[in-house]
Amino acid sequence: MPAPLLSLRKMTKTYGQTVANSAIDLDVAAGSIHAILGENGAGKSTLMKLIYGVERPDEGEMHWNGEPVHLTSPAEARRLGIGMVFQHFSLFETLTVVENISLIVPGSKVDLAARIRALGQDFGLVVDPFAHVHALSVGERQRVEIIRCLLTEPRLLILDEPTSVLPPQAVGLLFETLRRLRDGGVSILFISHKLDEIRALCDRATILRGGRVTGDVDPRDHDSHDLARMMIGRDMPAPLHLAPMPKGEMRLELTALDHQPDDPFGVTLAGVSLRLHAGEILGIAGISGNGQAEMSRLISGETLLPASRRDEIRMMDKPVGHLGPAARRALGLAFVPEERLGRGAVPDMTLADNSLLTAHPLGLLKRGLIDRQAEARFTAACIADFDVRTSGPEAEAGSLSGGNLQKFIMGREISLNPRLLFVAQPTWGVDIGAATAIRHRLVKMRNAGVAVLVISEELEELFEICDRIQVLHKGSLSPSLDPRSTRPEEIGRWMIGSASVVA
Amino acid sequence: MSGIEFILAGMLAAATPFLLAALGELVVERAGVLNLGLEGMMALGAAIGFIVVYEGGGHVAAFLAAGLVGVGLALVFAGLALGLRANQVAVGLAVGILGQGLSSLVGNSYESLTITGLPKLAFPGLSDLPVVGGMFSQDIIVWLSLIATAAIWAMFRYSRLGLILRAIGENPAAARAIGYRVTALRLGAVVFGGAMAGFAGAYAATVYTPLWADGMIAGRGWIALALVVFGIWLTGRIFFGALLFGALSLASLVAQTEGWAVPSQLLSSLPYIVTIVVLGIITSNKRLLKVNGVASLGEPFGP
Ligand SMILES: Nc1ncnc2c1ncn2[C@@H]1O[C@H](COP(=O)(O)OP(=O)(O)O)[C@@H](O)[C@H]1O
Ligand SMILES: [Mg+2]
Repeated sequence: MPAPLLSLRKMTKTYGQTVANSAIDLDVAAGSIHAILGENGAGKSTLMKLIYGVERPDEGEMHWNGEPVHLTSPAEARRLGIGMVFQHFSLFETLTVVENISLIVPGSKVDLAARIRALGQDFGLVVDPFAHVHALSVGERQRVEIIRCLLTEPRLLILDEPTSVLPPQAVGLLFETLRRLRDGGVSILFISHKLDEIRALCDRATILRGGRVTGDVDPRDHDSHDLARMMIGRDMPAPLHLAPMPKGEMRLELTALDHQPDDPFGVTLAGVSLRLHAGEILGIAGISGNGQAEMSRLISGETLLPASRRDEIRMMDKPVGHLGPAARRALGLAFVPEERLGRGAVPDMTLADNSLLTAHPLGLLKRGLIDRQAEARFTAACIADFDVRTSGPEAEAGSLSGGNLQKFIMGREISLNPRLLFVAQPTWGVDIGAATAIRHRLVKMRNAGVAVLVISEELEELFEICDRIQVLHKGSLSPSLDPRSTRPEEIGRWMIGSASVVA
Repeated sequence: MSGIEFILAGMLAAATPFLLAALGELVVERAGVLNLGLEGMMALGAAIGFIVVYEGGGHVAAFLAAGLVGVGLALVFAGLALGLRANQVAVGLAVGILGQGLSSLVGNSYESLTITGLPKLAFPGLSDLPVVGGMFSQDIIVWLSLIATAAIWAMFRYSRLGLILRAIGENPAAARAIGYRVTALRLGAVVFGGAMAGFAGAYAATVYTPLWADGMIAGRGWIALALVVFGIWLTGRIFFGALLFGALSLASLVAQTEGWAVPSQLLSSLPYIVTIVVLGIITSNKRLLKVNGVASLGEPFGP
């Protein structure tokens, strides 16, 4: 057997108390697509950063083509022939595509632009070299990252969760590109937590859980159940069932809402209409950056409409377009924003003080002063109810992991007994166990007659919990679609704005 | 000499202390660092520059020495703000106060002494033109700062170094992820800014008004800081901002000598008022600000 292209032995990396990678062994064969599978927080990105020289291991060895190497920077990794597309893109928004690329690929701009176009033709990765990155969609940005990597002519290409930002069709295109690269002799490390993708694409899979390797298999020999068990250490949670509910009263209504944001890079909303009743979950699908941020600020009350247009947003049958967040909350709105730190919670305040921010009407105040005991009781109840892993109500919000903080914020908002619950990206960065718990809670709220609005990029999640789905694309909202009679591909067409053409 | 000729002839020299300091700060801020210590760095540069010339060292040595003390203060700033990742606003203010204090200390025995400045170098032909001729007769430092302005403009527009500085200022984490040494580059920028602030101070005390008086920098460092923002981090705008400010300060002098019936306090505050108004108007253009603003400005960054 030929020596593997890349081999890792006993790679270990700790961040303070967290052991992100613990004695990891990995062999990547030349010309293969190798999956790294694991839940959020399993240590996948950390391992990739070690391979790419962004971080240095505490312990362990790396061999490249059989030779030991000690990387101290990504530039060295690139010289060896390793390229990486980051999960959180590493592009510079105020620079153009070609300027971004010239930061790691030598050559004049004219020359680079020609190579970008040529490569785009070859691999179906078309992008304008002179466009500014801030004007590009998320999918286009990913193309830029991939092109940037390919221009360094890597022998190993690392892609960290590349499909999480793509609609289903684009995933197919990306897989085509990757197969062609493999057939051209490039090895690929493909990171994902989506089992079907890995079974469709990869020749080999290494499974991580809690920073350790829990499996090294040929994914085609194992079904999704096996892989899931290796990934989360137990069986996949059972799917949810939505019991039919009688149609309740109107809780949220947007009528032909147009909005031009202040932020020059924001998305203009055009004619957004939706209706949400008590006892149903409406999902807003679509790739981030298509107006989700603008829409959520309009619904939460962070962006106000002029009083003359107050009727374009109605909650509990009252016009609220001109009302701020506090007034809307007083009507029964609860809101979980997608940014947990800074918008959902204040990082350097304790959990107890964070409870106070929205739950103060629940008896946490006595004659206008804070009732510390009530505050602590409320917070402790949230922590217990939602299985938040933390040292207690006095822990600072910023010290919790993303998933745990999300559970806390969900708990706080649900405890408000809202009539309308609005959640943006409920399970971003949350592990499968916690994500399932959160989805169960949302369904329970629905069954109790709450109107639930969910914005999510995870199509599977929306199919699991929603009564209806609408798709946001370039600031416009599709008509309402029934997840039981609509195929994901159709939603995907709305996500890229070609539904009317193809349908 | 008419008022307008006086203003035209003198505005470049009046603008030079602001321009030098602001160009340095532009590079620092583009790299994502906010150094509020400019005023103190200029003051110490001014005191040291003056002393060197007074003690017979000549102007070349004076500028070198002033640049060096500017770098010295910049290194103190960098050690705390970049090395220890302390709050840049607090460290900048502290270093500024340190610089001012040191300048009073070393300049104490030179109070109110004077020296000779630098001769003017005239463009043959152009400097004999009517009205505008005075603009073409300037000292060597003015000419050099014009060259520095063009060089920095070209660096940000055309060079790889300019691109890298903009990149680390926008998104240091991404720059690090693709292999740039953010802290080292920022250190370089801060050192450059320190040297430029030192030069600016030396120009003010050994060429523009060749005398030493405690507190003679008189807020010029703060104006330079404002010019960087008012110029939306664009070299050309900063240059015109400095020129405008220089011209306005001369104009208020002219108005005073011509005995306008306006309180002199109001006249001397005019340049500041105009700058604030212009700053307010220009920085209300959100699009320009977003494209040219420095996203990570003032935020500590480290592994
Ligand atoms: N820079 C960092 N500082 C501290 N902890 C980190 C850092 N990066 C990752 N971690 C922690 O290491 C663990 C693994 O993270 P990561 O490699 O990003 O997981 P994955 O990519 O599999 O979701 C997580 O618990 C995460 O919180
Ligand atoms: Mg990751």
